Amino acid sequence: MAFDLAFVWAFLIAFAVLAYVVMDGFDLGIGILFPFFRDKGERDIMMNTVAPVWDGNETWLVLGGGGLLAVFPLAYATVLPALYVPLIAMLLGLIFRGVAFEYRWRTKRWLPVWDWGFAVGSMVAAFSQGIALGALIEGIPIVDRAYAGGWWTWLTPFSVATGISLVIGYALLGATWLVMKTTGDLAARARDIAQPATYLTLVAMGVFSLWTPLIGPHYLGRWLSFPAVIFSLIVPLLVLVCVGAIVSGLNQHKDAQPFLAALGLFVLGFAGIGISFYPYIVPPTLTIAEAAAPHASLAFLLVGAVVLIPIILAYTGYAYWVFRGKVRPGEGYH
Amino acid sequence: MLETLDALLLARLQFAFTIAFHIVFPAFTIGLASYLFVLNSLWLITKRHVYEELFDFWKTIFAVAFAMGVVSGIVMSYQFGTNWSVFSDKAGPVIGPLMGYEVLTAFFLEAGFLGVMLFGLKRVGPGLHLLATGMVAIGTLLSATWIIAANSWMQTPRGFGMNAVGQFVPLDWWAIIFTPSFPYRLVHMVLAAYLTTALVVGACGAWHLLRGTAPRRAATMFTMAMGMVAVVAPLQILAGDQHGLNTLEHQPAKVMAMEGHFESHPEGAPLILFGLPDQENKRVDYAISVPGLSSLILKHGWKEPLAGLDTIPDELEPPVAVVFWSFRVMVGLGTAMLLLGLWSAVAWWRGRLTTDRWLLRSAVAMGPAGFLAVLAGWITTEVGRQPYTVYGHLLTADSVSPIAAPAVATSLLAFVVVYFFVFGAGVFYLFRLMARLPAEPEDAALDKGPVRTAGITPGPAQGTPQGGTDGL
Ligand code: HDD
Ligand code: HEM
Ligand code: HEM
Repeated sequence: MAFDLAFVWAFLIAFAVLAYVVMDGFDLGIGILFPFFRDKGERDIMMNTVAPVWDGNETWLVLGGGGLLAVFPLAYATVLPALYVPLIAMLLGLIFRGVAFEYRWRTKRWLPVWDWGFAVGSMVAAFSQGIALGALIEGIPIVDRAYAGGWWTWLTPFSVATGISLVIGYALLGATWLVMKTTGDLAARARDIAQPATYLTLVAMGVFSLWTPLIGPHYLGRWLSFPAVIFSLIVPLLVLVCVGAIVSGLNQHKDAQPFLAALGLFVLGFAGIGISFYPYIVPPTLTIAEAAAPHASLAFLLVGAVVLIPIILAYTGYAYWVFRGKVRPGEGYH
Repeated sequence: MLETLDALLLARLQFAFTIAFHIVFPAFTIGLASYLFVLNSLWLITKRHVYEELFDFWKTIFAVAFAMGVVSGIVMSYQFGTNWSVFSDKAGPVIGPLMGYEVLTAFFLEAGFLGVMLFGLKRVGPGLHLLATGMVAIGTLLSATWIIAANSWMQTPRGFGMNAVGQFVPLDWWAIIFTPSFPYRLVHMVLAAYLTTALVVGACGAWHLLRGTAPRRAATMFTMAMGMVAVVAPLQILAGDQHGLNTLEHQPAKVMAMEGHFESHPEGAPLILFGLPDQENKRVDYAISVPGLSSLILKHGWKEPLAGLDTIPDELEPPVAVVFWSFRVMVGLGTAMLLLGLWSAVAWWRGRLTTDRWLLRSAVAMGPAGFLAVLAGWITTEVGRQPYTVYGHLLTADSVSPIAAPAVATSLLAFVVVYFFVFGAGVFYLFRLMARLPAEPEDAALDKGPVRTAGITPGPAQGTPQGGTDGL
């Protein structure tokens, strides 16, 4: 019984992380793209497209972290020390970009400081998250329920590559978001950025897919075993469909299509990672079942999650609905 | 061994530093969210323009403080894992779900409706906008409830067993949430947040009254704030007293440290007003004390016996001097708040509330008192719990992550630098926002007219939207 709940929870945590990646991904992407847009007016609009929703987006990160503590405490207690440096860097990056949303409007002389804080903070956060993913895939040494590596163990060519890949991917999400939410020159420039970002993302996904099996025979085995092998054949096709949809959406000025297709890319990539991980939560040392909290913890929080997550999704959807449509110059929320 | 000791000390310093920054923002935003809801309601009910103006004024300030609370809070939720991994592994099954509920019931609610509250008035209309403001206020209170439940469980753990790998296993969630100290701590904390906010609002109003800017708005906020202080300060002292009695029952060593009682007093214990605790030699130097008063407060009898720290093994005593002093700072500030409330009530009775310049000056001086009292109170609570993280069951020394000292030292340094830079700037902006109460139109008759639509009203927040015309 406890066994089953652990898998339900593994799915829910994965859902929270995915929700975080696709939602905060595009608003981190806005920050990553800040250096490409120098005009203050443009930056105002860019920020206003996400100002009403960024806090909610970031709360999924808190749910991922807090949820992990609640239902997989051993994973929380080993992964976080292992990723000490990238996580602290991510937190510091999130501080700078989070306060920039408010500080930017409160000053003139220090505007460049918070603009840079927003851009660099977003990049550092995205890069650190990518590094964390890469390091997790490479595996974390655990001895006696404790992390047994050093404080720089996470730094490898692979983790740096995943870090860069995630920055590119978030930039793509950000650019397609801008295509959807803005007009005129700003949207046109976002379109120009989205095109190469799509191809770079495609390359990054390809490199990632070929590199992962080289890390451990376990990954290769998973992908070639049934039923995952079906997935291994379909996913590349679906990725190409998404890329096609982004490009055609950009060319034909179907403004929502590129963003939705870019989200599709992320969902596919995420599902692939999920398949690689299963049945581990910290590959290759800790399985989902081993890391799970006692049954009472899983059950107690599950009641809340089942009731509350649909409600949360409903009012989050409402908030997005309230601020739907294009944000036009001069129509700031501030 | 020395290695781990250093890492432990650094981890404790880092936790204390980051949470001390974090708590300052919720202490303000919990109260301010409720205040905004009151202003918003008053505005819709009375249609008096001044409430709308005050709402807009404090709304901007709330947004800045809230952003700081959010980013400093996210650090907290990851720090349990990075720095206190053994604690997380062991206590996670109990404390994790409580924080999980905090995220699900509180943080999403705040974040989901914050955007509508700040930017959505024109899009959703006044009714739904009021609802959004209310949801944000409820969210902050729910957040406080869950996190205080988590903390109270660490102070007075109940309702759990242990499993083979040394984890705390929840047996009875009701008992886990409603631990003996939880109701006291929650009431005391929420009252503290309301007091803190009232003192800040009051100081802002008083400052503008002294300078003569926007007298109508300044007088309204000052009156509201001082009314709050006059009512809540006595309640808070009462709550604190009850809280102390509860602590005496469940964490006697903490109260011994607060009182500076190194020795047991079978014949009635004195209340030490001031003195210098010397833990090594187990005595309080230069003590000024009132005989029997401590027994009277804690046991309701001059001659009642009270045990002292001599009944506790040395290695299980909390650091006495820190607890002793932080407790006195809190109580001293609480007394000052009580006096300010009384003075305001008398001045109001005589119709001089907004004109008594010495009262106004005192209110300005008391502006930061709430924050200091909150910090002092938490230091009392948390240092008094030492040497345990989970009282009586898990030592702090056994809770820490196996992280090398240089890593913790580096991150601590990074936090110190970034926090002072970022939150320093933020506090500066808060001060500047509070200093800029836009001058009001001469024609006070405006208040009697119909509410103007938000689009035409040059409300304060819209009056200085792009912020700085000067400075920083
Ligand atoms: C505006 C803030 C404020 C004020 C004026 C007071 N307190 Fe307080 N106190 C707090 C804010 C606070 C707090 C921050 O909310 C604490 C920290 C943890 C807690 O539960 O409340 C606290 C803790 C705390 C504790 C420690 C309880 C424990 O951890 O076991 C005691 C015994 C008191 N308080 C008692 C008092 C008394 C007798 C006061 C009378 C003047 C008083 N407090 C004023
Ligand atoms: C008594 C102590 C605490 C109280 C009363 C409290 C209350 C609050 C409140 C009201 C907020 C909303 C944002 C704001 O207004 O600042 C908040 C934010 C936050 N707090 Fe705390 N908190 C406390 C301690 C902690 C601790 C110990 C943690 C770590 C587990 C934590 C984690 C967070 C997080 C993650 C956020 C950001 C949530 C968001 O994204 O909106 N808090 N806290
Ligand atoms: C929000 C106001 C709070 C403040 C100002 C505060 C302050 C402190 C301080 C000063 C310490 C260091 C004690 C020492 O090392 O001697 C500490 C430790 C700690 N506190 Fe709190 N605390 C707060 C709330 C909380 C809450 C809500 C939790 C848990 C849910 C918590 C959990 C801890 C833990 C795990 C430690 C580290 C281990 C230790 O040193 O005891 N604290 N806190």
